[in-house]
Amino acid sequence: MEPILRVDGLSKHFQLHEQQKLIPSCINVSLEVYSGQLTALIGPTGAGKSSVLKCVYRTYLPSSGRILFFDAKGREIDLALASEHQMLELRSREIGFVTQFLHCLPRKSALDVVSEPLVARGAGRESAREKAAELLAMLNVPERLWGVPPATFSGGEKQRINLARGLIARPRLLLLDEPTASLDPATTDRVVEPIETIKAEGVAMLAIFHHPELVRRLADRVVELAPPVVATELLETCAH
Amino acid sequence: MNKILEVRNLSKIHGRGCPQCFDTTGPAQDTNICPHCGSVVAAHDVSFDLYAGEILGIMGESGSGKSTVVKTLFFDETPTAGEAVFFDGDAQYELFSLNAAQSRWLRNHRFGMVYQNPHLGLNFNVSAGGNIAERLLMSDIAHYGEIRSRAKALLARTEVLPERMDESPKRFSGGMQQRVQIAKALATRPPLLFLDEVTTGLDLSVQARILDLILEIQQELSTAMIVVTHDLGVIRLLAGRTLVMRYGRVIEAGLTDQILEDPQYAYTQRLVASAL
Repeated sequence: MEPILRVDGLSKHFQLHEQQKLIPSCINVSLEVYSGQLTALIGPTGAGKSSVLKCVYRTYLPSSGRILFFDAKGREIDLALASEHQMLELRSREIGFVTQFLHCLPRKSALDVVSEPLVARGAGRESAREKAAELLAMLNVPERLWGVPPATFSGGEKQRINLARGLIARPRLLLLDEPTASLDPATTDRVVEPIETIKAEGVAMLAIFHHPELVRRLADRVVELAPPVVATELLETCAH
Repeated sequence: MNKILEVRNLSKIHGRGCPQCFDTTGPAQDTNICPHCGSVVAAHDVSFDLYAGEILGIMGESGSGKSTVVKTLFFDETPTAGEAVFFDGDAQYELFSLNAAQSRWLRNHRFGMVYQNPHLGLNFNVSAGGNIAERLLMSDIAHYGEIRSRAKALLARTEVLPERMDESPKRFSGGMQQRVQIAKALATRPPLLFLDEVTTGLDLSVQARILDLILEIQQELSTAMIVVTHDLGVIRLLAGRTLVMRYGRVIEAGLTDQILEDPQYAYTQRLVASAL
């Protein structure tokens, strides 16, 4: 079986000009993600797990390495080099990202927050809302909350809104950054179920989990990142 | 996706200019004033593409040249050098080699502009409805009843009370004036809209509603937009891609979330770090 994503020797460092520092994040990471499977990223805090996801999504510009994505038409695209328009197209059609925190406007109802990605790619508002309602029901978000902005929701409810938003556009590859962080065990189960469901439906996932228990339950492959290295002074590093 | 606008090597010098202007100004020289001839290099070598239905942000501080770029594209200013091609269905226009009639036609029919200062976009001597009627008359609608009903619908869409359509916009609040400007700009359903600091100076709550309105319009009509602002929040909310300008040059370009979370250049890092 061919992977949908192959990361090859990915490194990311931040060059902070003002502070004259070079901050290393992930170093030489290689991994593969397959359709219908979940690859879990593990490693100590600061090893650059989130950076790997952000590089795949191009929120961070990779410093070196290749990020090969195989799109729905079977084309191989290096996400490290893809054009901005290519990235936007992939984000709207094929690659979803569920971040640790829900970023949304405090004046938008949960239903609108979830349907946004569909509306943005041209779906009608009403049909997008129906789809959003379906997902929120599946994720067990109480119906009385659908019309309310998620700002006041509990952690678990927010996480599920976030997940619904990531799922609604039916991505082929879903990036998950601690989707169950700070949830109690019962609520964690609520989030785990739909992840299992979409996995069975063929969605490929690259995920970071807080609990080793979840890695055991959900992961088909595990990639461990090396502990972080110390920041270097920019002047020394650039001396060559 | 279809390209709607292609801008290449756009430059604008205020003043007589000299051969050293471009080499002696820019971010590295820390000025946009040429030391040899005193001319101001407002923009130099600006290139970008805009696709149908997308929002491009142009970010930078005062004097960075961001407004100059949209003003030349909207024919408010004449560029010193460069090319811009507007793709409109099967037609394509070399914006900087059109005659006055052609550029006026594009301005009135195919482009829309919303200025920071409502005085530039609105005629305060006629009513809000009259402002929209002016624009509709220039496009080919001449029937009084139809113009009036279109104007009313546009003002309703931009949440201006229809009871006030016969009042002059000079009696309106700043937020309402911006709404009338937006309604006027949209009257001909242009595929390309320029927004120059449209929420600057407005109350936060008014800002938010205008930004929501812009996003809704963009989704309903898939209007391509260039949004010029110094406000990182506006960029974050509206723009998919962003250019960062300084001393007339584009110093950084990328996906908006990447520009804000992983800026590459010292200036952009400082700019993002200074956001509230």
